[in-house]
Amino acid sequence: MAVVFKKTSMLTDVPFHYCPGCTHGIIHRLVAEVLEELGVGNDNIIGVAPVGCAVFAYNYFNCDMMEAAHGRAPAVATGIKRVHPDKLVFTYQGDGDLASIGAAEIVHAAARGEKITTIFVNNAIYGMTGGQMAPTSLPGQVTTTSPYGRDTSHCGYPVKVCEMLSQLDGPAYIQRVSVHDVKNVVAAKKAIRKAFEAQIAGKGFSLIEVLSTCPTNWGLPPQEALKWLEENMIPQFPLGVYKEI
Amino acid sequence: MAKVLMKGNEAIAEAAIKAGCRFFFGYPITPQNQIPEYMSKRMPQVGGCFLQAESEVSAINMVYGAAGAGARAMTSSSSPGISLKQEGISYAVGAELPLVVVNMVRGGPGLGSIQPAQSDYYQATRGGGHGDYRLPVFAPSSVQEAVELMATAFDVADKYRNPVMLLGDGMLGQIMEPVEMIQERSEPLPKKPWASGVPEKEGRSIINSLYINPDECEVHNYKLERKYQEITANEVRVQLIDTEGADILLVAYGTMARICQRAAKDAYKQLGLKVGLVRPITLWPYPYEALKNAAEQPSVKHVLSVEMSTGQMVDDVRLAVCGAKPVSFYGRTGGMVPTVKDILAKLSSIKEGM
Repeated sequence: MAVVFKKTSMLTDVPFHYCPGCTHGIIHRLVAEVLEELGVGNDNIIGVAPVGCAVFAYNYFNCDMMEAAHGRAPAVATGIKRVHPDKLVFTYQGDGDLASIGAAEIVHAAARGEKITTIFVNNAIYGMTGGQMAPTSLPGQVTTTSPYGRDTSHCGYPVKVCEMLSQLDGPAYIQRVSVHDVKNVVAAKKAIRKAFEAQIAGKGFSLIEVLSTCPTNWGLPPQEALKWLEENMIPQFPLGVYKEI
Repeated sequence: MAKVLMKGNEAIAEAAIKAGCRFFFGYPITPQNQIPEYMSKRMPQVGGCFLQAESEVSAINMVYGAAGAGARAMTSSSSPGISLKQEGISYAVGAELPLVVVNMVRGGPGLGSIQPAQSDYYQATRGGGHGDYRLPVFAPSSVQEAVELMATAFDVADKYRNPVMLLGDGMLGQIMEPVEMIQERSEPLPKKPWASGVPEKEGRSIINSLYINPDECEVHNYKLERKYQEITANEVRVQLIDTEGADILLVAYGTMARICQRAAKDAYKQLGLKVGLVRPITLWPYPYEALKNAAEQPSVKHVLSVEMSTGQMVDDVRLAVCGAKPVSFYGRTGGMVPTVKDILAKLSSIKEGM
């Protein structure tokens, strides 16, 4: 029988631990498909997993993987890339990891024009630890540490990573995408491909921010979570290309 | 090779390069700045990489990445910066990554002072970061010994797949001494089939310290513990100077040991005391056995630990002597250095009580 569809070889044959309806699975597959389609071979790819929901990413991506301390993935990836400049090196990080505890690491990796690619999954909440307020939580968003809603007069505003990093000279490609519907999933894959191509071309640092859902900690069924993302997150975090050289 | 006059920090940096280190990640802090400065000049000349990180936290994590990618990599700092690196060191231990950290200790706590101290002894020898672990800690007392121990540090790190610390102090880093530089390593570096991206790797490399199931985490910790027992059995280093038949034993390491060596000599002339010196070269594993044996000699009446701290190593001295003889402490702290005269005065008061 003719094979009309198969799973990408860049994902291992291990079940994801992600919650039902979570879009990490889609994002993993997009990254893996791009890595496969680039044709560099899995021995030439080294990924760095974060601390957070994607902590087990090292079990899923079918290439060499390192697990970094919380927020430190861009520094770890820097060390890797300097040893193996010919390998494709990427980090996969959530919003707490990248935009809060790892803010220094991502800013300076970007400023150095470090030739790595970062997949930044923004779901506006700390998922793994049970739904605490994230640096990207929306104004008024109820979380376990902002039970009355995020009060901007008390704890400030969401961090806009693409907007911030695009002001630097080091990044080669920065885009914000979403995966809340098919059209956007297709666009997200294209963006991820461009980011890796920028690395292969030696242009500098690249980052794709992917708006993602967390039905479990948002307290919404998966369908409603997709809708919530579209209606609430996109106005706060506008999609688009923020930097391209 | 002819001797050259070198500053401790620069000699240590050159020795690391001679030992095959080609990746250095660091952040400025006094009194170790000549290490990154020297590396920034030398690494491009030898095809290596020097990168100034945005913080000590990032520097150690860059070393983590480079070590995980199979390279000989290191960082250096001084006390406050070493505190920041503890997270990364703990992760490197968990992921079993060989790397070298140099700590040119200064006065603490907090920002403390920039003068030499030995007040990071507990941190260095008890793990330093979170979790059940130890680091082999080498404590050179001269620039010559420091350059030789740099090569040993990398070899021990690779042999056991564990971070290793070279513990100096502001004086060792800043002093200029004649030194015979070690030879460039001629043999190839050890193969690392577990590392990411290396040609010799066996299948998919995963560098990780997470064992989410507690039973697996315990198995991992016992594996580390077996390694520490092996290191304890194989890697203890100590120098005994005139300890045989001594009346009093001094115990001191690093810079302090050099001052004590002079005090021991002067004590014979000035006080009529035979004073021996036990100088631990590895602070972990600690030379308990050698110190115990020296202290248990019938001639020995007293054991004195001398440190640039308020008394940290003295705990290990007490563990070694285990009540067999009285143990005292003398030290100064915050960047103040005990003098020969200070130590003689302490020895004199011990003599009166003997």
